[in-house]
Amino acid sequence: MEILKIDNVSLIYQTNEAETEALRDVNLSIEEGEFVAIIGPSGCGKTTVLTLISGLMKPTSGAVYLDGEKIDNPVGDIGYMLQRDHLFPWRTILQNVLLGSEIQRKKTPEAIQYATDLLEKYGLGDFKKAYPKQLSGGMRQRAALIRTLASRPKILLLDEPFSALDYQTRLSVCDDVHRIIKSEKKTAVLVTHDISEAISLADRIVVLSSRPATVKKIYTPAIEGTPLHRREDESFSRWFDVIYKDVST
Amino acid sequence: MKKTLSLREQYLLGKRKEKIKILAIQIAVLILFFGLWELLAQTGAIDSFVTSSPSRMLRTLKLLVRQDLFKHVGITLLECICGFVIATVLGTVIAILLWWSSTLRRVLEPYIVVLNSLPKIALGPIIIIWMGAGYQAIIAMTVLICIIVTIMSVLAGFMECDEDKILLMRTMGANKFQILFKLLLPATLPNLISVLKINVGLAWVGVIMGEYLVSSAGLGYLIIYGGQVFKLDLVMASTMILCLLAALMYLSVALVERHVKKSR
Repeated sequence: MEILKIDNVSLIYQTNEAETEALRDVNLSIEEGEFVAIIGPSGCGKTTVLTLISGLMKPTSGAVYLDGEKIDNPVGDIGYMLQRDHLFPWRTILQNVLLGSEIQRKKTPEAIQYATDLLEKYGLGDFKKAYPKQLSGGMRQRAALIRTLASRPKILLLDEPFSALDYQTRLSVCDDVHRIIKSEKKTAVLVTHDISEAISLADRIVVLSSRPATVKKIYTPAIEGTPLHRREDESFSRWFDVIYKDVST
Repeated sequence: MKKTLSLREQYLLGKRKEKIKILAIQIAVLILFFGLWELLAQTGAIDSFVTSSPSRMLRTLKLLVRQDLFKHVGITLLECICGFVIATVLGTVIAILLWWSSTLRRVLEPYIVVLNSLPKIALGPIIIIWMGAGYQAIIAMTVLICIIVTIMSVLAGFMECDEDKILLMRTMGANKFQILFKLLLPATLPNLISVLKINVGLAWVGVIMGEYLVSSAGLGYLIIYGGQVFKLDLVMASTMILCLLAALMYLSVALVERHVKKSR
């Protein structure tokens, strides 16, 4: 079933210096439960796509549909994960995870239970009363992911969520995030500039052209398993070469 | 194991000794200062009519306690705390309004900058004429001196807040109220505390300046009166009490700060 549809979206934005055409006629359809990665040359407007899906910005023409409904404003149906965890230092992990439910005035006992269960399930049960500074970088990013899951979003938007982590942590958090998203059966859109990250995580990889960005090509690597397994797969480097050439030309 | 423990103990002991040493020297400096002052006054090396002396100050204090010292202290303290609280609360509210409306912020920015660089004492006569020559004028003076700094630092705290955190809250569907109460105010708490610390000092400046201009009671009044009738004992004694009060108020803010730091 199609959950997200980006229909002929163009975006032109104005600044004091100039008028910039960021996106031109972008079309993309994402199925429920799919993990899609968007890559492209730096500054091509990858993050802009996420901003449009989240409803924080409106396209100049075209429209974005989530679950058949046109997105006009941010309504809390999406979970956004950023480069840094942005956990609030004055809140405990559980309070941080419940932020979305609190904002949407849905902090019911059931929601608290759900959030607690998620924390327990993904190894942060002992830390629900701890403050963010007591957690390691990897654990904090896991807590940030659980925060996006706790308000039961229809789709997760991941904006380079691993790039602030060191290499070791990045690999394990990558595995973590993949496992959690798959076991919760969530749809996810990942924006990254790291090709191997895209191949190791995504079911489908969308390559954007440089500005104004359009969808240049879509790849379906069809490598199975966890990100770490995929990195060891013999076809991994072949896919890397193909996509690398596509991104850099 | 025992050896590392004793190393640790040695380290801690050294630290504690150093702390005691500093404190001892601080007290010694104080005693030396007053002792020397008294000695020079007693031997006639300095003219205690002009410089007063610790013993004369004590005598004056004893006399004042029997008369109306506590009335003067109470009035000044009350004016100071009123001004401090009004300036902090009002300043924070104005900062929130300026954050809320970027139009308002951009319109008022130059006026705030000018008001900030204006010496507030220049407004003294205007305040007295408008508010009446009483405690209201003194409190108004105090508020005026503290409020601009409050507005500017709290607003700066709001503007410094991480854009990505605001973006995150907006994707969750947060409105402006929620962003303010769940993110900006708690995130700006350290700024607020440092504002309190600055305001403690400024509030005393405002109160004493106000009392110099217009008053019939209070520590500032005692100081001015003492100066006019050339009773340096009164001037010095009142100044000492002022020192003590300012220190106490600063300490209580520092206590609040420590409490806030602990709880986060």
